[in-house]
Amino acid sequence: MNAVPHMEIRDLTMAFGEFVVQRDLNFVINKGDIFVIMGGSGCGKTTVMRAMIGLQAPAKGAVLYDGEDFWSLGMERQEQLKRRLGVMFQGGALWSSMTLAENIALPLKEYTALSPQRIAGIVSFKLALVGLSGFENYYPSELSGGMKKRAGLARAMTLDPDILVIDEPSSGLDPLTVRHLDDLILELRDSLNTTIVVITHELASILDIGTNSVFLDVETRTMINTGNPREAVVSGDPKVRHFLTRGVV
Amino acid sequence: MDSIRPHSGDDKQWQFSARRIGDDLLEISCAGRWCLDQDLPVAGLILAGQGDSLYRLSFNTAQLSAWDSAFLVFLRELFVICKERGISVDQTGLPKGVCHLLAMAAEVSGPIRRRRSRWGLCRRMGMEIIKYLHGAPKMLCFLGEITVSFGRLLTGRARFRLRDLWWEIEEVGPRAVIIVSVISFLVGLILAYLGADQLRQVGAQIFIADLVAIGMVREIGALMTGIIIAGRTGASFAAQLGAMQVNEEIDAFRTMGISPIDFLVLPRMLALMLMVPLLTLYAGFIGMLAGMLVSVTIFDVGMFEYYTETVRALELKHFMVGLLKGSVYGAMVAYAGCLRGMQCGRSAESVGEAATSAVVTGILLITITASIMTIIFYQLGI
Repeated sequence: MNAVPHMEIRDLTMAFGEFVVQRDLNFVINKGDIFVIMGGSGCGKTTVMRAMIGLQAPAKGAVLYDGEDFWSLGMERQEQLKRRLGVMFQGGALWSSMTLAENIALPLKEYTALSPQRIAGIVSFKLALVGLSGFENYYPSELSGGMKKRAGLARAMTLDPDILVIDEPSSGLDPLTVRHLDDLILELRDSLNTTIVVITHELASILDIGTNSVFLDVETRTMINTGNPREAVVSGDPKVRHFLTRGVV
Repeated sequence: MDSIRPHSGDDKQWQFSARRIGDDLLEISCAGRWCLDQDLPVAGLILAGQGDSLYRLSFNTAQLSAWDSAFLVFLRELFVICKERGISVDQTGLPKGVCHLLAMAAEVSGPIRRRRSRWGLCRRMGMEIIKYLHGAPKMLCFLGEITVSFGRLLTGRARFRLRDLWWEIEEVGPRAVIIVSVISFLVGLILAYLGADQLRQVGAQIFIADLVAIGMVREIGALMTGIIIAGRTGASFAAQLGAMQVNEEIDAFRTMGISPIDFLVLPRMLALMLMVPLLTLYAGFIGMLAGMLVSVTIFDVGMFEYYTETVRALELKHFMVGLLKGSVYGAMVAYAGCLRGMQCGRSAESVGEAATSAVVTGILLITITASIMTIIFYQLGI
């Protein structure tokens, strides 16, 4: 595995006013990693993710993309860096006034000079990848929660981003669909060398696909473990082992 | 043995007794039903009067016939008091399920408990005002973003779908015609009656036409249309954008580097700035029709006379003022609706708050700008 740092979180503290969500976070996401941000409910995983994808400025610290501190850059450069990201939000966040095809086509229309036929081809392929062939002309309101999530993933992958950030990919999905998504994530990493950041507390996925991880603790409000999650099961912090073994250890 | 028996002899009621064993142990016996439909004893009273020599507490629940959350809450409160007084609790006499649930409840405790504010009315009002004032820079910032977005529109760099603009135009224009017609007709009618009451005293009923025409075209048509649109469209904009905020759709635009101001706010602003002036003209026309109807049927003014007087009274400047006001009010409503929608929190409740706030802000902005424009036009002699 290529161990070139792609994204680095340095002394990051996230807070809402005086309420500190997470503090003093330090971790590195390497190229080709499937990096899992895990922790109990309410520990601030999504808040940390929002700082990483440029939606919420941290109270302190830095988010570095290939050495560039995102939050100290000008808006124009920030926008350029954002285009290297694909984000799948927890509920899919599909634009409700557009069909699935339009949702996926919009970034292509905005940032490429592809013909409508080529765009239609890409849309169809991306939807097929997530098992939604034939749903091009459906509106998000006509889909189930799981389908919305998969369509959200298809949209996040549209521009073949360098870094794909996926927030809670498996919550609310049946085990077979979760398995399919995990396989897809592995395939994206292997074939496109996409760096993948997954925010989840789905144990099976964490252990199956995660190559690196950070554990955010809800009580101390900071990270208490980094490294391969499979190693953390046997040699990590007791709290992490407790979490990864559903409290058995 | 101390005993509390609110309804002794009835198996369906709770029964309680406390027995002192030696100097330091108190055994509490619970029998019957300890459920939510019962008026259970207050945990604090159980240990009252037991003295400082009590160090241990045990339970006997052999006669307990039924229990639910009420029993758990009672025990939990009792345990808290025991902890405060340094009394150790032996739970072996409790049902297993009770012990498990109490243990689980003890594990799940939030790291920080947020206290409810107990401020007085004046302080809360003061805090609300300060909060509103703190929001002023954000309002200005949003205004700046919209201005920049209009700049991009003028230089052909703004990115939004024309289809969205047409959809908004249809939504805010033609679909508002019925409500604008009804309100304008009734306002024209009221204006005519109000004028006639005064003008009839000097035999000048014909000037009802002047009053209604100038009033509707120049001032009231725009004002009423603005207020209707604030209630109808401003709230709708805030709710649409608020729901998009809740569903993270706006975040999705931002992460893709697509400006939500260009894509969502600009079409709404344009639609209202284009359609409200037209609706204002239409409202003026309907108001004048209502004035004519009242004058002709009630106050014996001839239809042709009324028409001639209306044409004589109206000047181009009145139309221009009405159109300008309509456009400005439309911009104010769109601004308020989009601002509140984009500021919306992440819950269903905040969407409702955003819609309410959009209407209040919209009407407030319309009233302020109406006053300012009236003073300016008066000073300029327009």
